[in-house]
Amino acid sequence: MRKPAFEPGLEKAAEAAERRRGFLLGLPAYVYLVVFFAVPFFIVFVTSFARRSATGATKYDEFSTSAYVKLLDPLVGTIVWRSFWIATITTAVCLLFAYPFAYYIATRRPAVRNALLVLVMIPFWSNFLVRTYAWRFILGSDGPLGTLTEAMGREPFRLLFTPAAILIGLVYGFLPFMVLPLYAAIERLDWRLVEAARDLYADGWTAFRKVTLPLTRSGIIAGSLLVFVPSFGAYVTPAILGGGKDLLLGSYIVTQFGQARNRPLGSALSIVIMAVMLVALMIRNRSGAEEI
Amino acid sequence: MKSLRHPWIDRLMATNAWVVYAFFYLPILVLVVFSFNASARVGIWGGVSPRWYGEVLGNAEVLDALKNSLIVSGISTIVSTIIGTAAALAIDRYRFRGRRGLDGMLYLPIIIPDVTMAVMMLLFFARVFDIVELVGPRWQLGVTTIVISHVAFNIAFVAVVVRARLGQIDKSLEEAARDLYAGAWQTFRRVTLPLIMPGVLGGALLALTLSLDDVVVTSFVAGPGSTTLPIYVFGLIRRGVSPQINAISSLMLIASIALVGLSLLLQRNPQDAILPDERLKET
Amino acid sequence: MTKAAVELSGVTKHFGEVVALKGIDLAIADGEFFSLLGPSGCGKTTTLRLIAGFEFPTSGSIQIHGKEMALEPPDARPINTVFQSYALFPHMNVERNVGFGLQMKKVNSNEIATRVGRALDMVQLSHRANAKPDQLSGGMQQRVALARALVNEPEVLLLDEPLGALDLKLRQQMQIELKELQERVGITFIYVTHDQEEALTMSDRIGVMDKGELLQVGTPKEIYESPTSRFVADFIGDISLLAVSVVSPTEVRLSGGGNVPADTSNAGDGSHWLALRPESLHLVSAAADVPDGMVRIPGKVRHRVYYGDSYFYDVETTAGSLDVRQENRPGLPTFDAGTELMVWWNPAAGSLVTA
Repeated sequence: MRKPAFEPGLEKAAEAAERRRGFLLGLPAYVYLVVFFAVPFFIVFVTSFARRSATGATKYDEFSTSAYVKLLDPLVGTIVWRSFWIATITTAVCLLFAYPFAYYIATRRPAVRNALLVLVMIPFWSNFLVRTYAWRFILGSDGPLGTLTEAMGREPFRLLFTPAAILIGLVYGFLPFMVLPLYAAIERLDWRLVEAARDLYADGWTAFRKVTLPLTRSGIIAGSLLVFVPSFGAYVTPAILGGGKDLLLGSYIVTQFGQARNRPLGSALSIVIMAVMLVALMIRNRSGAEEI
Repeated sequence: MKSLRHPWIDRLMATNAWVVYAFFYLPILVLVVFSFNASARVGIWGGVSPRWYGEVLGNAEVLDALKNSLIVSGISTIVSTIIGTAAALAIDRYRFRGRRGLDGMLYLPIIIPDVTMAVMMLLFFARVFDIVELVGPRWQLGVTTIVISHVAFNIAFVAVVVRARLGQIDKSLEEAARDLYAGAWQTFRRVTLPLIMPGVLGGALLALTLSLDDVVVTSFVAGPGSTTLPIYVFGLIRRGVSPQINAISSLMLIASIALVGLSLLLQRNPQDAILPDERLKET
Repeated sequence: MTKAAVELSGVTKHFGEVVALKGIDLAIADGEFFSLLGPSGCGKTTTLRLIAGFEFPTSGSIQIHGKEMALEPPDARPINTVFQSYALFPHMNVERNVGFGLQMKKVNSNEIATRVGRALDMVQLSHRANAKPDQLSGGMQQRVALARALVNEPEVLLLDEPLGALDLKLRQQMQIELKELQERVGITFIYVTHDQEEALTMSDRIGVMDKGELLQVGTPKEIYESPTSRFVADFIGDISLLAVSVVSPTEVRLSGGGNVPADTSNAGDGSHWLALRPESLHLVSAAADVPDGMVRIPGKVRHRVYYGDSYFYDVETTAGSLDVRQENRPGLPTFDAGTELMVWWNPAAGSLVTA
């Protein structure tokens, strides 16, 4: 038998060339996102420890935790807490409507299912600002509902600029984010498992609770994450439907970069949003790992 | 499995479905209908008239903002589509150092709230401008900074859509091309690219839509003279409801629905269109 | 001696920590129909991918007609592949799929048209030249994949479980077609399969693989009748294995006691088994009925299964249990469960295997 013509490690050069090709393809995105995403994030982090001068200028000359101390201020605390609650309620309401909705779509015939799905995708990706404005128009006292109640001689219709209006707007804006992951999870479900549960003496509700629900949990968690995080930091919806008061975190942050001229505080609050986002991501990862 | 459900549960779910669809579409429909209201009092029906559309389309400020929007979204779409497609190919088809880091950075821009992204971009440009000013030139916020920011979030969306498409393509098709004497470049041009094209176009249309819709990030990094259409409309909306806004809004809505529809049409199966959840499953 | 069409020497392949191939030496002759047979994960597909050039070996040499090719990219090798999934380009019609390789080789378009036409004739698909792959049945797609590879007149054709996706009837028909085609074009076929029957019926030679090693190479008859290892014996067909110890070059001792004749010249180190095929075992009621010169052992029927054309017996003996197949023929006795009887076989029918 002849000796092998090559030493071990023969394929290394070829594989290195392949890796280099992948690296070069990914490089533009990598560089772009480092410069215009990672570095900006780092600057926000640094700014949150900067000092606000008496005139409102941001000074990087010393390390200051005053922005974070300000977070303990009851006013700020109330805003963060309120945002948290609004986001939680939004998520719960979305889940309540989206689960049976997604379940319904996922159990239709394939052709119908695709059509129904397209009807969800369209509002999902159409203009968010304008969709929110539609509610401003409808809920406003001079809108169709307002004039109608007025004409009927009732109390003028008053829902705009209340937390309820914000809630409607958030649910309206983010409901598709809940529907789509839930649909994906339910559609993937192996229905024979549900049948097996029924065969093993589970009634409909028990089968749902013990089989369907746990198996679609990844969708519930993904959807909740996609609704909760943007609701927590929402700006456009409260600005349009909440009347521009500093009711919620998003608007409060924007104010810090405008009239209030307090960039360190605005940055610290952004860090809070990102921290909540990371916690949400960790919850999802943990639960995902359990499933395997 | 149908027989396993009580008929009333099915009926309840069907009702819920119609309620949700009505919730999705009624407000949009009402807005579009009332945009044709002849009356200046928005809530009172005064007959059908296109007068507000005429007024809007004759408004120089609107047209200026529209022009800015088209420039910004056009450039950012082209740039992000190229970079995002390359990134999707790299992550899906190759193993290399930094792959995981890239994967993570391609995920965050999708779920990060607008306000946070806006703060990041604003502070970044402020710092960069401060440093540049030490050397001499005074840079200012404007169309360029808007484009840069839009590309930063659009790359991620393009990459997700293209990756979803790549995931459906049998890798042995590329091997078959190599086996049939095509080199790496020929394989890409004749097999990979034509097959991922629907994903690339879908991703580009999505990037275009997002760029045309963005309010928060743009308002943070826009400068004098670089007002985009959504910023202009947002400014009007904050001042209150008016028939002109109804008309502009309806136009924007119809344009964005057309774009989304086109994007969905390109991806044969709507499920392949962007489901942010796809990414959530993988990581 | 003519140069081998494909020759692997000392080929190993590691995927990170995993060793997929542990040193393969194999020479495949020109015009041979060679099958790589083994369970999934045995390394047969990796071997094929190394020959095709989709992967590169960690060490070793791969020569094609004497030319070293181990590190050449697939497009530089005079080899074509029929993929398990067929890998037909979905965006091209049949004609353009088949012509793809020639187009890449910059053959002029007139010649491409002629050769594609001939290739489609050969697989009887000329009438579907303009169809897209997804409009064709599985069997037709299979034939397009074949035509697409053969039109390039490769020196070697690699086939990766090409019939796996077809149903049984079509598979059997395609087996015959493939074999005929190979004889007609005279191209070396290297065929990867986990289906032992497919390998036995089609191949000139078979290489049996397990856990990254090539265990035995031989004609179908050699592989079936004279397996050299316990794995090969067990993997191909039904077989009974009796634990034995070698006592002399011509004799082994059964675990339950008693020496029986067997050829032990090939016995290696390790534990030994006497491998007996069900069809080479026979059942009779009494020792007196056993022909002279045959090995016999008393036993008791544990189960009997009716197969239509045969009966299948599970017989318990002092040496271990034996699977016996008896033809269902008028005049041959049948035995009920619990019956005491004699099992006998021709000493030449048993093969000694090592593990």
